[in-house]
Amino acid sequence: MNFKRMWAMFTARNHEFFRDRAAFGWNFAFPFLIIVGFGLIFGGKEQQQFKIGLFTNTPQTLGTESTVPLAFQQGKYLQFINFSSQAEGEQKLQHHKIDLLLDSQSPEHHYWINDSSPNGYITEQIFLASLVKNSDGLAKKQIINGVQIRYIDWLFPGILGMNMMFSALWGVGYVVVRYRKNGALKRLKATPLTPLEYLSAQMFSRIFLIMFTIIVVWIGSNLIFHFQVHGSYGALALIFFLGGLSLCSMGLVLAARGTSEEFTSGILNFISWPMMFLSEVWFSLEGSPAWVQGFAKIFPLTHLLTGARKIMNDGASLVDVQSECLVLIATTLICLTIAAKLFSWNE
Amino acid sequence: MNQIIEVINLSKLFGENKAVTDASFSVKEGICFGLLGPNGAGKSTTMEIVEDIIAASSGEILYKGQPRSTSFREEIGIQFQHTSLLNFLTVAETLLSFHKLYQEPEDLQVLIERCDLSPILKRRNDQLSGGQLQRLMLALALVNKPRLVFLDEPSTGLDPQSRRNLWDIVRQIKEEGKTIIMTTHSMEEAEYLCDEVAIMDMGSIIAWDTPTRLIQAHCQGNSILLPESAFKMNLDTLPFTWKRRDKTIVLETAHIHEGLNKLLHLDIDLTDMAIHSSNLEDVFLCLTGKGLRD
Repeated sequence: MNFKRMWAMFTARNHEFFRDRAAFGWNFAFPFLIIVGFGLIFGGKEQQQFKIGLFTNTPQTLGTESTVPLAFQQGKYLQFINFSSQAEGEQKLQHHKIDLLLDSQSPEHHYWINDSSPNGYITEQIFLASLVKNSDGLAKKQIINGVQIRYIDWLFPGILGMNMMFSALWGVGYVVVRYRKNGALKRLKATPLTPLEYLSAQMFSRIFLIMFTIIVVWIGSNLIFHFQVHGSYGALALIFFLGGLSLCSMGLVLAARGTSEEFTSGILNFISWPMMFLSEVWFSLEGSPAWVQGFAKIFPLTHLLTGARKIMNDGASLVDVQSECLVLIATTLICLTIAAKLFSWNE
Repeated sequence: MNQIIEVINLSKLFGENKAVTDASFSVKEGICFGLLGPNGAGKSTTMEIVEDIIAASSGEILYKGQPRSTSFREEIGIQFQHTSLLNFLTVAETLLSFHKLYQEPEDLQVLIERCDLSPILKRRNDQLSGGQLQRLMLALALVNKPRLVFLDEPSTGLDPQSRRNLWDIVRQIKEEGKTIIMTTHSMEEAEYLCDEVAIMDMGSIIAWDTPTRLIQAHCQGNSILLPESAFKMNLDTLPFTWKRRDKTIVLETAHIHEGLNKLLHLDIDLTDMAIHSSNLEDVFLCLTGKGLRD
């Protein structure tokens, strides 16, 4: 292993990346667009989950007051939308644009739901509960102890991990295949550079760019969401670093051979989409079949996100996430070794 | 003179297609060796096997009498026919990147001056003209002070000025005692630069010698070309082997001086005369035929 040669390839790749304005811009634009999107979704005072359409068949001139129960009107996570007619409301209900339609001046509390809508069922239960005059004593409410984790604090590591996965797999795997196809790798084969040196340089160059992107995105997002990090930032940075290495090395295995960008693109999609859905980027796998949860463990992203959430949400230390760290290190070493063994400069 | 490269019974199969068949030749240290042949003859495949870029199906390659070791790549420089560089790097950055890959590289300033790269050092690789790119590729091939330089069709696509410039550089390299192995389609280039040439066809070496000896062995002397109107006599009485090419009469002669004396003796007007001496192209066409190749 010659570090001078590795450094030469590392700096060359970095120069190229920073000069390729389209790729450079997109790597920053993509996570920022996601942040802005989440800012719009989660930026309000509270998240509104259920939509209720209101209409009235009573002429406005009569000045009849609303019969919608006050408890329902003041309910959390409910958004009320007025419609000019029942027909318009029914059409929206039919297309799942709203969850429940209510005649706001009907003394009999007429309402409509779409029977195939899960949200409609839940909204109906909330509405019916609000009609019960006095439910005190029927159940005893208790608030959970300890720190409550906001959804955004749970989700954000997932968004970063997903961005990291795409950047690692495509930024390493796809690029290496392109270099092979256009003959750039063949030129390097004529030098003393070894596959392990070249692949390591590619991996470290990408991880450098990924960490740089994560820091910028984190700082920008934190200004909007004020993340609650219960563990140490150092531990969080380390788990992201190890996760990035692991994902990059996986990209190198995929790019070890082949000159077809189309084929590589297909393989990358085949790997990245299941990984995104099964690694709990967007939702928890809690309650899913055991084999699905077991299968998800083959993906490095699963271990990265488990570790990152333990640190960020539960205040775990490095000792607490040592198993995740070890899996990520082992994955990196195994994938890098396989990639170096399989690697071809020109085939 | 020592043999720097020995190619022994080299064969290469791509699937069922034989690209190279039982090729053998050797290259003496310090010479410029040309590998010639029509398209698809197997020149580039042979070169890439000798360069250790692709593996042979069978046969042996010796470098300085030994199988090639890991140090082989430290001692060779290659200019490929088809290759690419990182588009967004400048010429200076590209040179520096390759410079760092070797243990004992050439002084960069020497390289820049030799290949006339000063005016384009800050230009990006994807903004170079064909000639500039070729000069950069040659500089990269020389960045490690190689003992053995491979040039695969180095002048393809170059204008006459760039080609002459390239030839001058190649001659300088040879004068420094480096060995050059090159492939080319240009017989003029081969005659100008090469001390020895091997002609390949259908994957086999069909001739191998110095250009002069190949011409002597395969072509019958020279031709004198005169317009038909210069002859006031019956052409069948001419003391030459001759043929008509449109309105030109082509006279074959082993020695130009002797042929001219005969024509002067016959009192033939030589005002519009042209002389064609046999060259490597004649040898090439004689050996490989005039049929089109893929």
